Amino acid sequence: MNWLTNFVRPKIGSLVRKRESRENLWTKCPSCGQIIFHRDLAKNQSVCPNCDHHLRIGPNDRFANLFDDGAHERIALPEVPTDPLRFRDTKRYADRLKENRSKTGDDEAVIVAHGNIVGQPAVIAAQNFAFMAGSMGLAAGEALITAAREAVDRNAALIVIAAAGGARMQEGILSLMQMPRTVVAVDMVREARLPYVVVLTDPTTGGVTASYAMLGDIAIAEPGALIGFAGPRVIEDTIREQLPEGFQRAEYLLAHGMIDMVVHRHKLRETLGRILSLLMKRTTTDNIPRAATS
Amino acid sequence: MNVFLDFEKPVAELEGKIKELRHVAHGGALNIGDEVARLEARVEQVLRQTYAKLTPWQKMQVARHPDRPHFLDYVGHLLTDFTPLSGDRSYGDDAALLGGIGRFRGRSVVVIGHEKGKGTDGRVKHNFGMAHPEGYRKAIRLMEMADQFGLPVLTFVDTPGAYPGVGAEERGQAEAIARSIETCLGLDVPLIATIVGEGGSGGAIALATGDRVLMFEHAVYSVISPEGCASILWRNPAKARDAADALKLTAMDLMELKVIDVVVSEPLGGAHRHPDRAIELLGNAIDEVLSDVLAESVETRRQRRRDKYLAIGRLT
Repeated sequence: MNWLTNFVRPKIGSLVRKRESRENLWTKCPSCGQIIFHRDLAKNQSVCPNCDHHLRIGPNDRFANLFDDGAHERIALPEVPTDPLRFRDTKRYADRLKENRSKTGDDEAVIVAHGNIVGQPAVIAAQNFAFMAGSMGLAAGEALITAAREAVDRNAALIVIAAAGGARMQEGILSLMQMPRTVVAVDMVREARLPYVVVLTDPTTGGVTASYAMLGDIAIAEPGALIGFAGPRVIEDTIREQLPEGFQRAEYLLAHGMIDMVVHRHKLRETLGRILSLLMKRTTTDNIPRAATS
Repeated sequence: MNVFLDFEKPVAELEGKIKELRHVAHGGALNIGDEVARLEARVEQVLRQTYAKLTPWQKMQVARHPDRPHFLDYVGHLLTDFTPLSGDRSYGDDAALLGGIGRFRGRSVVVIGHEKGKGTDGRVKHNFGMAHPEGYRKAIRLMEMADQFGLPVLTFVDTPGAYPGVGAEERGQAEAIARSIETCLGLDVPLIATIVGEGGSGGAIALATGDRVLMFEHAVYSVISPEGCASILWRNPAKARDAADALKLTAMDLMELKVIDVVVSEPLGGAHRHPDRAIELLGNAIDEVLSDVLAESVETRRQRRRDKYLAIGRLT
């Protein structure tokens, strides 16, 4: 499985993606408009070297940035029913899934891996906004539950990198049911007295925010990330007023007491490592098991 | 003055005729008994036919019917000694989400639910049943109190959704909903939730994570309103009917998906036609499941509640 997920799939992915990458050598910063060479962007963890805007990145980049030397093992996720409602809007949901699978090279929006962060054992569940806006359906719910179980089994922390528009409408009520299901997952980690840290990234809204994403023991946000329950357009349509400056941005949430800190992507690994070592009462250099308390 | 939905027009016409006949007969010695009886039988027949095959979109209209009973009607009829309780103890009181203590068929209980309000003033006062974070925090407070005193919790869900506004966001709408779900899941006491009207998304599940979830026959429960879904996925709000079909939001659909446990029948023509009868039927249904859940030990109950949610949507 590891060989398959870590070696074969990236290989296939790179074969498929090679042709595209020639056109994607340059990226335009969505904030300042600066044209950035892909190698410079990668070196800078996809933070704009000009304006410091944090561009959206996927699970593979997260794992590479956060785990020590990028070393990690993906955790296999259980199979879930595909398209349980046989949903069709302007397109069939089954077709949307296929498109997103070939676009991202992954089966679903949430990918789970384990490894060490500054020596601290951790399971990371990372949400990929590029996969159907990171939306939470049966697969994401099952991924979070699996991640929580892994964290408990490994006596490791659970880190969730949240990025989603919300629940996956194409799974109807079953996507809403992922709210209580993921909260059960969070409670498994809580009951084991292991740290549950959420990193809120751009954007995190809807049912995702209103379930596991807002229940972290520690809530960290990336600079400038849009975080909220209702989307800004929905609010504007409801109140018919212009929204305040910086509304629903990470810094705004910090000022309103909704999160613990806003952390630059370059400092994220170090910050997580420090928090985990403190909460788990471990030293940062060695991986010492917790002392038995009786 | 009765409010008739579009598809109830034939019923409105028949009932109009009955009224007219009665009005005419009132003056003279005309014998209208046979004619009225014939028309009334026809009304019943039309209602039976119409309500037996309501489309999801029509159910949406029934669920939102202004004469449908609301939270205060349920607690008014089902509870004795109802004592409303207010406030989240940190910001304010929310008129869209009400709660209190009372006696349900002899048992002390905590009740919590959305109140949509009646009439224009009432609807505005109760913010159309769209709660702010302080509403969910009041719910959390009342659930914790229920646990403290060992009182079962009955919730009545009827909301278009949690309120999307600046203040709601600033005070942590998402966090309040998430904590409310967490509180539901952690209760030692039974939580019996009923979707009585509109079960709108996160604002609904915040109160509907229960040991048993009941749902009225013509209520709806969905991750997003058909209108919202249509404007996002179809980019056309006029496609709300199609969205209502696709979302599988009726009680029968949700029973099949194992998201709810009991479908509670409504009187012929919907709860808005015979509110008292509907409330009574719901009372009986709640009483029955509550006895079952009370019979479980605390540990079993909590574990079963969790397992019930973990099992939803899994491959068997």
